[in-house]
This record gives sequence, C-alpha cells and structure tokens, in this order.
Amino acid sequence: MELTKTVAKRLLQLVIVLLFVTMFTFLLIRLLPGDPTTTIIPFGTDAQRAALRNDLGLNKPIYEQYADYLTNLLQGDLGKQYNSGRPVIDLVSQSLPVSLQLMIYAQFIALLFAIPLGIFTAYRAGTRSDKAINTSAFALLALPNFVLALFLSYFVGAQLKWLPTGGYAPGWMDQFFDSSRSPDLIEHARYLLLPAITLAVGQIAVYMRLLRSDMIATLQENFITMAKAKGLSNQRILWRHALRPSSLTLLTVAGLNVGTLIGGAVVIEVIYGIPGMGLKIYQAVFSKEYVELQSYVVVIAVLFVLVNFFVDFLYTVLDPRIRRARAS
Amino acid sequence: MPELPDTGLDDEIGSGPTATEAFEREQHEFGGVAGDSGLLQVGAIEAGPASTRRRGAGLGFGAWAAIGWMGFIVLIAVLAKIGILTWGDANESFASCARKGPLADEGGAKGFLLGCDSNGRDMIPRLALGAWTSLLVAVGAVTFGFIIGGTLGLIAGFSGGKTDTILTGMFNVLLSVPVIIMALALVAFLQGASGEEGALSPEMILIIAIGVVAIPLIGRITRASSLTWAQREFVLASRAQGAKSRRIMIREVLPNVLPAMFSIALLAIGIAIVAEGALAILGVGVRPPTPSWGNMIALDRGNLFKSPHIVFEASLLIFFTVLSLNLLGDVVRARFDVREGGL
Amino acid sequence: MSPSEDRFGDAPYDGPMLEVTDIKTYFETDRGLVRSVDGVSLTLERGKTIGIVGESGSGKTVLSRSIMGLLPKRGVVREGSVKFEGQEFIGIKPKEMRAFWGAQMSMIFQDPMTSLNPVMKVGNQITESIREHLDVSKSYAMELAENLLESVRIPEPRKRLKEYPHQLSGGMRQRVCIAVALACGPKLLFADEPTTALDVTVQAQVLDLMAAQQRERFMAMVLVTHDLGVVAGRADDIAVMYAGRIVEKAPTATLFANMKMPYTEALLSSIPKLADDSHTRLATIPGRPPDLVHPPKGCKFAPRCTYVQDKCLEQEPPLTDLGGGHQYRCWFPVGTPEGAAALEKNRTSASPAPAATATRPAGVQV
Repeated sequence: MELTKTVAKRLLQLVIVLLFVTMFTFLLIRLLPGDPTTTIIPFGTDAQRAALRNDLGLNKPIYEQYADYLTNLLQGDLGKQYNSGRPVIDLVSQSLPVSLQLMIYAQFIALLFAIPLGIFTAYRAGTRSDKAINTSAFALLALPNFVLALFLSYFVGAQLKWLPTGGYAPGWMDQFFDSSRSPDLIEHARYLLLPAITLAVGQIAVYMRLLRSDMIATLQENFITMAKAKGLSNQRILWRHALRPSSLTLLTVAGLNVGTLIGGAVVIEVIYGIPGMGLKIYQAVFSKEYVELQSYVVVIAVLFVLVNFFVDFLYTVLDPRIRRARAS
Repeated sequence: MPELPDTGLDDEIGSGPTATEAFEREQHEFGGVAGDSGLLQVGAIEAGPASTRRRGAGLGFGAWAAIGWMGFIVLIAVLAKIGILTWGDANESFASCARKGPLADEGGAKGFLLGCDSNGRDMIPRLALGAWTSLLVAVGAVTFGFIIGGTLGLIAGFSGGKTDTILTGMFNVLLSVPVIIMALALVAFLQGASGEEGALSPEMILIIAIGVVAIPLIGRITRASSLTWAQREFVLASRAQGAKSRRIMIREVLPNVLPAMFSIALLAIGIAIVAEGALAILGVGVRPPTPSWGNMIALDRGNLFKSPHIVFEASLLIFFTVLSLNLLGDVVRARFDVREGGL
Repeated sequence: MSPSEDRFGDAPYDGPMLEVTDIKTYFETDRGLVRSVDGVSLTLERGKTIGIVGESGSGKTVLSRSIMGLLPKRGVVREGSVKFEGQEFIGIKPKEMRAFWGAQMSMIFQDPMTSLNPVMKVGNQITESIREHLDVSKSYAMELAENLLESVRIPEPRKRLKEYPHQLSGGMRQRVCIAVALACGPKLLFADEPTTALDVTVQAQVLDLMAAQQRERFMAMVLVTHDLGVVAGRADDIAVMYAGRIVEKAPTATLFANMKMPYTEALLSSIPKLADDSHTRLATIPGRPPDLVHPPKGCKFAPRCTYVQDKCLEQEPPLTDLGGGHQYRCWFPVGTPEGAAALEKNRTSASPAPAATATRPAGVQV
C-alpha cells in the first residue's frame, strides 16, 4: 500500500538524520576547549588528571569514543556526569518535563490570544483596526524576549511581588518521569506563568498572521457565502464555519513548536531561573561536561526530529480527506 | 477587497514534508525577530503587515522614519568609534554617578543626561560605542552567513538533484541542533582556539559564531528563492543557447535572487543584534569594558530593581533599531516581490 | 411587518412579490468603478420563474447576489430599490436581512463542491439552517433534514446525514444544496448557474427536481444561466443581460418567436443544434464584453453587433415597451424594416463591423 511505503521511507530518513545528528553533536562537543578534569579535580596533579582522563575514556581515539557513546545510547544509557557521577538520564528526566510543560503553556497562551485576533483581523481585513493590530504585532516582534523577561520579572516579580521570579514546583507531567515528584499545581503555575507569557508574546504575532491569511482565503470561499445566505450570524460563520478549515496550518505549527523550541528557551530559563533543559545545557557548557551536554543535545535533536516526523505523518494521513474535500 | 494569499496546503502526497512546509509558512508570515528566545529556531524570512506595503511610488512615513533612525544610529556608532564627538569617555567612571538614573536629583547625576551604569560610567558614550560593537557584530555575522550560506543555497536551489539533497540534508542536520547550543559551543571553541593572547577579538568570535549558526537558515531561504527562479523559462532559454551552468547561475539567477536576499539581510541584522544580546546574557561575547548593547543589558540586569534605566535605555535602542530594520526589510521586499502566486 | 410572522401567508401582500427598480451595483477597484449592474428593473410574482441569461461578465451573478443583498459592504455601491413583499432591502442593515435569508429567500450556487463546508457533516449543514429560523429541537430538525433529502431524491437519506460532502457525487451534492436552500420553505429561490458544474446527464434531473419543488411549494424562482437552452422550457419570463443591463425581456414563448434584440438572436444562433451537419461551424459572437469601468458610449453591444449603425455607437437606445411584458433596447431591431436594412447595409459594405472586432478571436463562452 502506498501509505506504508511512504511511512517506511520516512522512517529511514528519520534514522539517517538521527545518526548524523548524533555524529555531528559528538564532534561539535569535542570542539569545546578545556579539560573537564580541571573542573572535577581543580587541585590535582598532572598524573592524577591523566589517570582521570583515562578513566573517563577521554584518551581513546575519537571514533572509539563515538562508537562507545552510540552503543550506550542505543541501550538507553546517556552517560554520566563527570563531576558528580550522576547518570545523565536522571538529569534529563528531571529537566525535560519542566521545559516541555513551559513550552506547552507558552503555545497555549499564544493561541489563546492569536486565534481571536486572527479571526478579528481577517474579518476586518483592510480596515483601520486590522492595520492597527497588525502594526502593534509587528512592533512587538522587535522586542527581544529577554528584555521582556527582564521587565516582567522586575515589575511583576520584584515590584508588585505577585509572582515569584525564580524556582520551580512540579506540575502534572513530572510524575511520569519521576514518580517521586508529586504535583503542586498552584505553585507550578505561579512559577511558570511569567516565563510562559514571555515566550508566548513572541509567538502571538506570528500565529495571528498565519491564521489571518488562511482565514482571509477561507472567507472568500463559496460555502461561506452559502452560510451567509442561510441567515447565520457573522459570529457563527466565523467561529463555526471559517475557523476549522483555516486552523490546520496554525495548529500544526504550534504543535511543532512545542518540540522544536525547547533548546531555544535557554535565555528565558536562565533569566527566570527555571530548571529546564535549557538551563542544564547552559551549565553543562561551562562545566565542560561533554557527555552530559551531548546527551542533552541528542535528546533535544531526537525530540525535534520525532515531532517533525510525527506531524508530517499526521498530515499525510489527514491530508487525503481534507484535500479531497477541498478539491474542486 | 482583501488580497488572496495562497494557503500552501495543496500538494501531492509524499512529495515532500508537508508539515515542514507548514512550518516554513510560519516563518514566511513574519520576520520572527527577537520574539523567539533570543536566538531563533525559526528563522526570519519575511516581515510585514499589509499596512506597510505601499503600492505606488512613495515610501510611507514609517519607512522614512526607519531610514532616519538607522542613519542616525550608524552615524553615532561611526563617530563614537573614530573618536570624534564622543560626548564623554565610555570608560571613565564617576563614582558620584554610579547607578543613578537620568531622573535622579541627588547630586552627581547632573550633566549625565542618560544617567550612568553601575560602574559610574556615562551612559551616552557607552551606548554610542555599544552601537558600533553591536552593529559590527550583526552586520559582520550576516555578511559571513550570506557569503557562505547564500552561495550554498544558491547552488542547492539551482542545481537540484543530488547536490541539492546533500546540501539540504546538511542544512537540516545543522538545524536540529538548537541554535543557542551551537552558538555557545562555537564561541567556546573559538575562544579556546584563539588562546590566551586572543588572536581573535571577541567581536570576531561572535561574528563567526553567529554567522555559522546563520548559514543553514540563510541557506534554506536562498535555496527556496533560487529554486523558484531556476525553474523559470529564461533559464531554460539560456541553457538552450548552450550557456554553461555556472554562468547561468551567476548571470541569470543570482541577480533575481539578490533583491529578496537583501530584504532578508536587513531582517537578519536585526536578529543578529538580538542574538548578541542573548549571548551576552548567557555570559559569552564581547568582554567588558568594551560596551555593546547586549552586554550592557547583561551586566546590569542585576541592578534592574534599583537602576532600571541602564537596561531600559539599551533595550529601547535595540527595539527601535530592530523595528527599523524590520520595516525596511518589509519595504524592500514589497518593492521587489514579484507575486508568483502559489510559490 | 416581521418576515417570520408572515411566513404562513396571513396577509398576502398586494403587489408583486419581488419588485426591483433600477438597481445599480458598482465595485470600487484600483482601476476604477466597475459597473457590474447598471440599472436593472424587473418584477416577479409568486410561483413564477424568471430566467436571467447572459455571458460571463454580463452582471447576472452580481445581479442575483445584489438583489438578495449578499455582497460585501466595503467597496460596493448599491443603489436603487429592491422590494420584497413591499419591504425595501436597499439600505437596511445586514442584521435585518438575516431574517430573510434562508427563511424567505435562499440561493443555490454554481459549484456544489465549494458551496458546502468540507469539514461539516451534511446533516448539520441542513439542520443549521432549520434551527436558525425555526424553533425546533435538534432531533426534530434532523427528521426534517432527512425528509428534505428524501424529497430531493437522495437515496438512503438517513445515512447521508452523517456523511461529509466529499463522500457524495456532484449531482448529489447539488441536491443537498437544494435541500439546504429549501429547508425553511422560502418563497423565493435564486439559482445561480445551478447545473453548469454538473454532468450533462445530471443537469436535466436537477432542473426537473427544482421545477417540481417549485410547483409543490408555490415558490418563485430566479434562474441565472448563460445557457438559453436551460431556461427554454422552464422559465415564464426571460431577461437577457448584457454589460450590466437588461437588453431584452419577454415571456419565454414571445422571446423565442419574436426576439428583437440582435444579441438575443446571436445567443440563440450560437446554440449548436442536433439537426445541424457535423461539420457545421459553431457560430460565435466575435469580440469581447466591454470594459465595465469605462463602458463605451452608445449601445454597449454595438461593437460586436451585426446590425450596427453609426447611431448605435453614439446613442444608447432607450427601453422600448411592446406590451405584453416584452421590452427591449435597440435602434435597429430584428424583424423590423429598419433592422433588415441595417443588416443588409453592413453585409454589402466593406467592413460589417468596426475593425477592432474583426481580428479578434471568438466570442461567446457558452
């Protein structure tokens, strides 16, 4: 069947890409200068350092190190932190759900604003309110998100003291990664609200525009005039008839962004002190924790590729029905 | 009547990752400047609400204001670097002024129109010099990225087939590594490579790091544009005349790709400015006392509660500069954009 | 008078159901003001059908939508008078129009595939209309919908209710559109090229269906088409449109027997006839419809007319009323001595029509 062929082809692509990604990150990390042993035993002798390097396998030739890493990876072993000896997989299970939840909330908030705005500007396309909203969104894009983060944490956090400016409490997802972390949803929300809003603001403008252009196209379609001819109210037509066919691209992108922006929230996590993957990566770079860093990057890259693959696949499955419906 | 953009959802099954196309459409809709975590996963491609699009000859008020602002900033930056009209010394500390904002009425803040930073250094010359640094890094990185990424993208789009697949594959692999990490790793590597003496200045390191990170992003966009043009009839006509591929690429496709690329370049400079800021907050980049807009924010973010003016002033400058660049990028694109209708 | 109160014909309005007087519809575009409909008047009684015939660009589609009031607000100039049972439509707020749409009047569009919402079930699309205007429960509305599907002769109606438009054939989709249009029992039905997108074999079926429904419900119908053949047996009156105006209007039989306007004659002759030899050239009307932003002086059809004389290019012919519902606009009409003379004059002189059209490729898109 044609579908299975496509799926098989995609899976193969997936594996190849993952292979290259692991190879690439491995090499990239090796480029980092410095010697991790200086961080672990800062006052050790050269001999001690040499011995430690041997133990850590840092003296083996590169391809051997890569092969070792790969074999371990396939067995689910993400290595150990040089410094503490803790298995990286623990660190990942600690920080990944944090970043994921942050991303999900950010997308959710962004959609919450972008959808009504997108509908409104499409409905009133070309009018002054449309132009005004678009201009504001455009201006908002010029604001760096770390600036927004700084100011939000200043005003809301320090001045008004409504929300904390650093820290974390487990939410609904953490327990699946580590059963000992029981949810404290209210605190969780309080810690993540500002960072999520900061991340969302950057997305709102893009999402709004995306929906707007799809909606404008949909509103030209015959079935909208038909709905109008039935005597339905504009509200109903917009939300019930126009929105659904127009929202596919938007939802796909929002979904994609959950997986793909994880690495990109580093600055936000650093400013707000959220212990997610971003923060961990940042720390690992400076402690020259090669293996830990590598594993983080691999996890993120794998997530990225998987999310892309999954959404592609979903499209291929959903598409025929939608395309047949839309075909004239 | 509102214009009819294409929805981009009509394609063959299995002819390409349709979700990725949706993803790229997101980038298509707006210059994703600065809104996204400092260094962007989603690259900026096209910016602009319809309100800035002008049919007809005149440039709107916005465009002229943007040009004015950019001219102003560049002028200030150059003058500060050369050393003329420095409005004070960027490195001289005035203890009496430390951490005082422009509105502080306690003695010492007088004469410092924009206040001072936490080390008591006058903000005005620092911001001016910072403009130079930030712009240098941004323009340098974008140029670097365009020279390499642009060329690769041009070749990929034009050649198609195996070359294209390999190059695109390379771009995709590079892009699966989060941008921040790439940049951090590169900076760390280059810092190590340049040794204790600092054979490479921090600015140079940043230029290379941000530039390399930009390569796959710019490459992808150039490829798309190059692909569109390469499929046009005049290229076929050229081939039919027996022209060599390389000649066609340079003579026919490149001049058409350039205007769109120019618009992207403007947007990219804005992104690079923000990237410099993000990296500064992460602790890498231009080292003090050399000021850059980014590191001024990074250095004094701890003082945000008591002396917000420092961060505020630098942020404002970044905001207006990026906004102007976005606007200009949009105007350029609107000017040169030939409506393909469906591509 | 609230339209929904009048639904069951309590106090029948004394006068024609639909009275359109000098309706004008212009669109503001970059190029200028497009005069799509430039002064059209017609009346329609309950239970009667009027066919509106014209080429693409004649303004017939815009006319039907303008009468119904479905055009966007921005960039559209709409003047004149449209009275439905005495209620004036032009100038009232869209919100007030909504009470009429679906309940008193509805429209069937050209392409059934794009007229139906692709992501909404067929049943819901019908019940939506019912529940908007009638105060009934969901299940009752579904029953009504099922009955409607049955009356438009869709097999297995209950099953169809749960299906999506793309699961039905073109002919069935158009029947669904008819069902949607008829759901609330409107008094007036606009059919805008209802069969153009369908197979020839299905066309007749759909048209017969519409005629049957019309008889049953005593509905008035406005049938818009480019095909004279479609309206030949099914309309009581026919109005021929060109460049935004009605150039001839007559009861059907009269039109075919005694047409006056050369354009009507040309339209009729361009229909291929079964009786013709297989090698017979398709007669076309040379030239193209006029620019609606800067229409030519004088008669709009003149540049393409075989009867054209200098007077035609200078002055617009007024509406001549022959009585018995027959009106036309022409200086040298068909079947009159002046007309015959004009035709003869053109035939014998060197260029029968102004040079501009002689070299143009064809004509009428039938």
